[in-house]
Amino acid sequence: MSEQALWVVILGGMAATYATRASFILFVPPERMPAWFRRGLRFVAPAVLAGLVATELVGTGETLNLSLGNHRLIAGAVAAFVAWRSRNTWLTILAGMGALWLMGQVIG
Amino acid sequence: MSVSNHPSGASVERRREFWLGARDQIPILVGVLPAGLIFGALGKAAGLPDLVVQAFSLLVFAGSAQFVALGLAVSNAPPLIIILAIFIVNLRHSLYSASFSEHLAHLPPRWKICLSWLLTDEAFAVASARYRRPERGNAHWYLLGTGLALWATWQVSTAVGILVGAGVPESWHLDFALPLTFVALLIPSITDGPTRLTAVLAGLLAVGMGALPYLFGLVVAVIVAVGVGALAEGRSRASVDEAEA
Repeated sequence: MSEQALWVVILGGMAATYATRASFILFVPPERMPAWFRRGLRFVAPAVLAGLVATELVGTGETLNLSLGNHRLIAGAVAAFVAWRSRNTWLTILAGMGALWLMGQVIG
Repeated sequence: MSVSNHPSGASVERRREFWLGARDQIPILVGVLPAGLIFGALGKAAGLPDLVVQAFSLLVFAGSAQFVALGLAVSNAPPLIIILAIFIVNLRHSLYSASFSEHLAHLPPRWKICLSWLLTDEAFAVASARYRRPERGNAHWYLLGTGLALWATWQVSTAVGILVGAGVPESWHLDFALPLTFVALLIPSITDGPTRLTAVLAGLLAVGMGALPYLFGLVVAVIVAVGVGALAEGRSRASVDEAEA
């Protein structure tokens, strides 16, 4: 790919990305959103976070791994428990990283 | 230190929010750092000019989309197709934009323009926790702090990746800090039955449809789960009203 084409991709990609992020903030004030739409908005954060976490921990399609041999899944479950009990981000990361490291050492 | 009667109390408060936002982003930065290093190193290895690789991070500034674009560019896809792929991968950001539109509605345009620019997964995840807490008058400074911390880290890690390679051994699993931080943010975002239902459904659907290209499965999963959550909330509210009547 020519350098010129790469710059087209970068500038076009910048515009495309900015369009998604600015869409509602700049162009659709909340009073113009229908009530049912506004009611849904508080569910966006838990939905996106759960979707990202689930696909990161168990994979998708051909990489799907729901077995106990999936260290990231077990470590994620440990982290979720610690997050639930402590509500502390650093403790959660420490627990998850620690569990992953420990399983790597013990089980290999 | 007493600031309540100080004339610059407001600016102290703003600065506090800014640095709180940056500080709360730190756990995520640990996970983002290796991704930036890898992007820089991959772009360099693909034979792209250094400036072009850095410009991806500077101007497109979107993790997953940059990796998709790089892969497509290396396989010589037409520019328009790559731009379309970037758009689809980033579609989920429009949900963040809708979600924050109300919080930012009172701000002048320059703030909206700037904060839109910084509205990544990571900034949204951290700042939406802030917007669930009270005293939101200066919370846009928090969003600015959290967004700029991520932006700066993404630039520096890309540059280091270009100049010296990925560097961090894979066996450290530093990338795992990112999903772990999302776990830490997910749990407190589940506050009642409908949000729990939404989270469980979104997780199942995202995994089930994850094989769809360009994160399209995630977007569909989120939209369906959000709709079901809102419906469930409407139902439970209706039954409460009935019981009270």
